[in-house]
Amino acid sequence: MLGWTVYISFIGVLALMLMPAGRPRAARKVALLTAIVGLVLGLAGTLQHKIGPEIDTVAKVPWIPSLGIEYYLGADGISLTLVLLTGIAAVVGILFSWNVEHRAKEFFAFYLALIGGVYGVFLSFDVFLLFVFYELAIIPKYFLIAIWGSTNKEYAAMKLALYSFVGSAMVLIGIVAAYVVSGGHTMNLLELAKYPFPETFQHWAFPLVFIGFAVLAGMWPFHTWAPTGHVAAPTAASMLLAGVVMKLGAYGALRVAMTLFPLGLVAWRDVIGLLAVIGIVYGAMVALVQKDFKFVIGYSSVSHMGFVLLGLVTLNTIGLSGAVLQMFSHGIIAGLLFGVVGRMVYDRTHTRELPLLEGMRLSKTMPFAAGTFAIASFASMGLPGFSGFAAEVQVLIGAWTAFPTYAVLAGLGILVGVAYTLRVLQKSFFGEAVPKAEELTHAHPLPPISIPERIGAAILIAITILIGLYPKLLLDLIGPSFDSPLFEGLRKGGLL
Amino acid sequence: MSGISYSEILKLVAPEMLVSLAALAVLAIDLLVMREAPQRYRFWTGAAFAGLGCGLAIAWLLAMNPPPHSMSAGLSLLQGTYADDVLVRLVKVALLVMTLFTLAISMESNFTDHIGEYLALILLATVGMMFLVSSENLLMVFISLELTSLSLYILTAFNKRNVESAEAALKYFLFGGMSAAFTLFGLSLVYGLAGSIQFSEIYSKLHAAKIDTLLLAAIVMTVIGFGFKIAAVPFHLWAPDAYQGAPTPSAAFIASGSKVASFFIFAKLMMQAFAGAEGNGAWRHFTPGWLPVVATVAACSMLLGNLAAIVQGNVKRLLAYSAIAHAGYALLGLLSNSQQGMSSLIYYIVTYGLTVLGAFGVVAIVEERTGDASISSFAGLGRRQPLLGLCMMVFMLSLAGIPPLAGFFGKFYLFTAAIGAGKDMGMLWLVIFAIAMSAVSLYYYLQVLKQIYVVPAVEDSRPIVVPVSSRIILSLLALVVVVLGCAPELLLGRLITAIKLASHQ
Repeated sequence: MLGWTVYISFIGVLALMLMPAGRPRAARKVALLTAIVGLVLGLAGTLQHKIGPEIDTVAKVPWIPSLGIEYYLGADGISLTLVLLTGIAAVVGILFSWNVEHRAKEFFAFYLALIGGVYGVFLSFDVFLLFVFYELAIIPKYFLIAIWGSTNKEYAAMKLALYSFVGSAMVLIGIVAAYVVSGGHTMNLLELAKYPFPETFQHWAFPLVFIGFAVLAGMWPFHTWAPTGHVAAPTAASMLLAGVVMKLGAYGALRVAMTLFPLGLVAWRDVIGLLAVIGIVYGAMVALVQKDFKFVIGYSSVSHMGFVLLGLVTLNTIGLSGAVLQMFSHGIIAGLLFGVVGRMVYDRTHTRELPLLEGMRLSKTMPFAAGTFAIASFASMGLPGFSGFAAEVQVLIGAWTAFPTYAVLAGLGILVGVAYTLRVLQKSFFGEAVPKAEELTHAHPLPPISIPERIGAAILIAITILIGLYPKLLLDLIGPSFDSPLFEGLRKGGLL
Repeated sequence: MSGISYSEILKLVAPEMLVSLAALAVLAIDLLVMREAPQRYRFWTGAAFAGLGCGLAIAWLLAMNPPPHSMSAGLSLLQGTYADDVLVRLVKVALLVMTLFTLAISMESNFTDHIGEYLALILLATVGMMFLVSSENLLMVFISLELTSLSLYILTAFNKRNVESAEAALKYFLFGGMSAAFTLFGLSLVYGLAGSIQFSEIYSKLHAAKIDTLLLAAIVMTVIGFGFKIAAVPFHLWAPDAYQGAPTPSAAFIASGSKVASFFIFAKLMMQAFAGAEGNGAWRHFTPGWLPVVATVAACSMLLGNLAAIVQGNVKRLLAYSAIAHAGYALLGLLSNSQQGMSSLIYYIVTYGLTVLGAFGVVAIVEERTGDASISSFAGLGRRQPLLGLCMMVFMLSLAGIPPLAGFFGKFYLFTAAIGAGKDMGMLWLVIFAIAMSAVSLYYYLQVLKQIYVVPAVEDSRPIVVPVSSRIILSLLALVVVVLGCAPELLLGRLITAIKLASHQ
């Protein structure tokens, strides 16, 4: 049934392609329906999953028998968590792009193609298949930004596409080599994870594959596509980019690089931990001085994704579960932040310059947006009661046992995070009104926040609070996954 | 060997005969009956007859498969003048399919009044390619190469109204003549060393021999000759001009069918006749032989092809440089020097041929409607003609190697074969280089797609009207590219079986 999350998305793409042009209403209804069905399927699949280390087989048929490649979809707790995230982000993203009129049918077709690819990555248990879905997602991203984006969109779109492609090229070298070294008769992730790759091989293959994936997770110093891409992308696309696409990278690093090459991981974990911490602190510092509202959020994503990467290399269950929970949590919170900035503010005021917004007193004219953004900021800062807190605390605890110095530095990053979030909150919504600007807004009253936006924001806020108050809901799903045979190699090395 | 009758031979070469007869028939019909008819009508009738010939040949190749026991032995007549096995037949079918598509995309064009001659030359070139792939004999290789090349030179020059076409043909002809001289010189050295012109005997004479200067000279000369044919650096100089100046269907044919045949025979010559003289192409462990020579050529092709393609403003020229780059990738299959390498090479070059045929098909239509093939004339194509835009997207992304299209699987398979070749992943350096270069290539393919989907069309543009036949053909090609990407086993399974059977000879 979970396989249908992928198929339904592509059926949606086909349906949209066959629709006559110039009917945006119908297009967005089809898209929303598709996304909701995907979410419901993901939810149903999650409920069916028995809590435990088993990997549910969704589909397993020979695909390219001559090369031993299978069409193997499966799901464990980690996949399910991220499938749920994708479903939620997809639905809310469409709610937040209810105002897309320009080439709406193509917009939603590319959007759903991206969603379908993302679902596919999270469910693939054959490395070749995973890679196919992973690359499939590159092209829709390019078009979503290049056609419907704003500031510097063509540059940003090309940069994003090339960064992703270079990252996946590194991954491709690693997995082809792994396939050949293991004898060249299977691409099954579980089989490959069992194969003892020679140590010297792991030493160069691991960084290649891990960093190849981590490019998309915004790992410093390969993060530069992220801020420009997020800023240029249309609202729904930035929500997806920060919400789920960055998770593709982290997921691939965890699922492929770490399980296949545990010895390589041991050799490189310090370096990767360091890069992750630099990302946390650097992203936060840069966010502190941005003038563009969206750039602040863009750099904050780099910082928050640093926690995911740090969690991954802690190599203890608490850190790893924290990393996965952080993927989910950041997906929700970043979606909310980008929704407010891109849709509620930018589409109405047509500016994202903080000095300009400061004079508009948006908290008076758009109280709903201000409230939503305030909540999102608290969640993003890591206030207890929101999902961000639950996730980042786990990562920090995990990191404390693994590398105390990094944990301290990451804690510092959280402090800077509080600073830039409060700064942007104050400047954007609660600035001092300059009389002239106030007159301006009176002359051109901003359109009220629409119902779809309210629904979308409400969904995201509810989820971040729900997970914040009761993280066990997801942790019970994620935790046991690390006992599956997939992580045997890590456990055997005494690493987990 | 000697006990074969003429009727047997005729039966064996029936496909080639059918295509030659079709060429004559097309010529005769067009000159005798159709002279006064409107151009479009003449093209349709001629192409129908030509297509019929190719279709019959395909049917013959598929239907008249000899029983397995004699097949597994394969067949090599008159000192390898005509070899026949499952693999050769498969390649011939691929060639004929490409000819069919070439005929189909030329049907709507209007660059020439000499329709009969044009179609007949396409068929004659095809006959040359068919003989080429079934030769295991140096002399026959040379003769069929010349038949193919001479037809292609004329096809390049066919647009008499365009001076660029003549220039392109002259360049192509001069370079081709040079390459023929090199090939002949190389082959004559081989003959001198081995005392035979048959692949298998060359192998038995040379495989144990020490690699001396003379043999190396022979190898290098042969590689140069074939390097011209497949447009590999540094023998590529004719390609951009020929692709740009030639009538688009001719360019498509040069890029597809001729590539497939040349690559196949090049690989066969190297892997069969020069087995034992490979040398070593591993990084910093170069030892003399054909592997290091070909590896260098491949690396240069990928580098120059991809970098030069970035700055091109004309889509045909861009495709020419991309063809140079793709020749570099395909050589990885040859460098694997294994059965898997051979099947990956054929898979890659066949799917590449089909993709590039489609791309040229789109270019032909755009060129005819907007007047030129510059990148900017594709602006807004996605709005002006959605189907054409979509097809072009499929072709470009397949060339860039994006899954789930045929180009991606082709690359993956090539890389797998190349990494697996030899000891200790000796070819890894070249694979890494190839993957890095294919990351570069995404940039210029996206430039074309950017024009199609992102850049708005110029002010006074109207929707582009495309005849139904062209729509069907291009959609079919796009469909093939998608299907071969999603279900590569369709072709791969056959290829692997054919190669296994053929190697049991």
